[in-house]
Amino acid sequence: MEIFLQQLVNGVVLGSIYALVALGYTLVYGIMGLINFAHGDVVMLGAMVTLAVVHLLSGSGLPGPMVAAIGVLAAIPACMMTGFLIERIAYRPLRSAPRLAPLITAIGVSMLLQNLAMMVWGREYLSFPQLLPAATYPIGGASISFIQIIIIVSSSLMMAGLSYLVKKTRLGNAMRATSQNPEVSALLGVNVNSIISVTFIIGSALAAVAGMMVSAYYGIAHYDMGFILGLKAFTAAVLGGIGNIEGAMVGGLLLGVIESMGAGYLGTLTGGAMGSNYQDVFAFFVLIVVLIFRPSGLLGERIGERP
Amino acid sequence: MSTMQAAKLLELENIGKHFGGLAALSDVSLSVRQGDIYALIGPNGAGKTTLFNVITGIYRPDSGSFSLAGAPMAGKKPSEMARSGIARTFQNIRLFANMSALENVMVGRHCRTKSGVLGAIFNGARTKLEEKAIRERAASLLDYVGIGNHAHMLAKNLSYGDQRRLEIARALATEPRLLALDEPAAGMNHAETDSLKSLLERIREDGTTLLLIEHDMKLVMNLCDRLAVLNFGKLIAEGTPEEVSGNPLVVEAYLGVQ
Repeated sequence: MEIFLQQLVNGVVLGSIYALVALGYTLVYGIMGLINFAHGDVVMLGAMVTLAVVHLLSGSGLPGPMVAAIGVLAAIPACMMTGFLIERIAYRPLRSAPRLAPLITAIGVSMLLQNLAMMVWGREYLSFPQLLPAATYPIGGASISFIQIIIIVSSSLMMAGLSYLVKKTRLGNAMRATSQNPEVSALLGVNVNSIISVTFIIGSALAAVAGMMVSAYYGIAHYDMGFILGLKAFTAAVLGGIGNIEGAMVGGLLLGVIESMGAGYLGTLTGGAMGSNYQDVFAFFVLIVVLIFRPSGLLGERIGERP
Repeated sequence: MSTMQAAKLLELENIGKHFGGLAALSDVSLSVRQGDIYALIGPNGAGKTTLFNVITGIYRPDSGSFSLAGAPMAGKKPSEMARSGIARTFQNIRLFANMSALENVMVGRHCRTKSGVLGAIFNGARTKLEEKAIRERAASLLDYVGIGNHAHMLAKNLSYGDQRRLEIARALATEPRLLALDEPAAGMNHAETDSLKSLLERIREDGTTLLLIEHDMKLVMNLCDRLAVLNFGKLIAEGTPEEVSGNPLVVEAYLGVQ
């Protein structure tokens, strides 16, 4: 029971990060039917920029939490700008091209970002300093650390904010209209290009925060960390139903918990044949099972409606 | 119908549009006066919807030019056309199916309002006021077209007639000077057509000029001030309903050579 609770806590933390990244995939897919494979690398950039600022401030004597906050506040605009430029340069010229073309440029942009990061920050694993208090708090036999609480609370707040933005505001209304029918939206005076830009910018801001969280949580950053994280978040988005915002949140949390449970129980369940290092296999196995029974994902009733 | 020289709102000069070897529109010139209800009629495939697509910016004309209240328009993007004051509805209804009736109309308010990401995130007082104004204006437009009681239904769950009305409300939300309606009475029974007719007359009285494509000849003859007849992409007649219905070319286009 204690293992279960502990793995649940760990899973929710991991899942919150997946969910933030998955939202970036799903927002872009919802609005233009494109899988932005470079999104994971924007997450990496968020981590790297945060880390660079943290190193810059290391001798300043500022308290750790403040250094972390300044770092992420620098990473957010950097990632927003990157997301904006990716769309402008790599996707917009291909807006009316066959679907495979922007998919290839997406992979190209991903490689470009990884290689640029490698040139700037090197091939080594960079360690992310301990900036937040290492305190842990007991909850029902398990324990939760300060950083875990921060991750859960801040990602919940961001997701609530995004839901409000999309559901209740003028901008969100235009985003949903554009995702349902860009041509009619344009005829109603919606500037579809700027809505698409805003979508990339919002997704990239979430990615920046997720990048900072993941590197602070694991204490490590690396130029290709975005690849597997992006793949997992994309999986989460598909699991929840890509294009659906609640789907990305549910899919992210679920994937995090499944993975965590896999890590906690796989050894026992298989009599030691598989260890916790099979957690990814387990996560993808669940994905396959879900997709067999619900091909459009858990909440993804909207797929196939696009012309 | 005044005999005074009313100001021209929409003027088309020698508009041409080709698709491969097919001339969908050739050399079409006509003008719509401010405050008129103007109909565009003609057999299927005559180029009526193509003309709508040109004046709403979906197609760029291959030749010719057109202006709205004297301002040149040809080559503008659809969103710029909307901002300049041209709105439209569609022959096959094209609502945002998974959004409520109210939200559909709110999208139409987009081009007349401006609060952006920062406003949405920080939710300042100005943004709140604007969001409220958008909602109120959208609700009053739903009342105006007679579906105010369905504001929170998803567009896809509205009846066919109500969906047509919702499209009109959504187009009106952009505050158009020219409202282009593509077969607004299609699929309607007599009673529905009659109430549509009074709605369109009210819209005109409230200051919006109407341009409509319509096949219901009784409606066209009773409603519009002037009309143009297209056949094979060419303008074959133009004038008041009386003038046009007596035109032998029109009779031939509709009934075939006798």
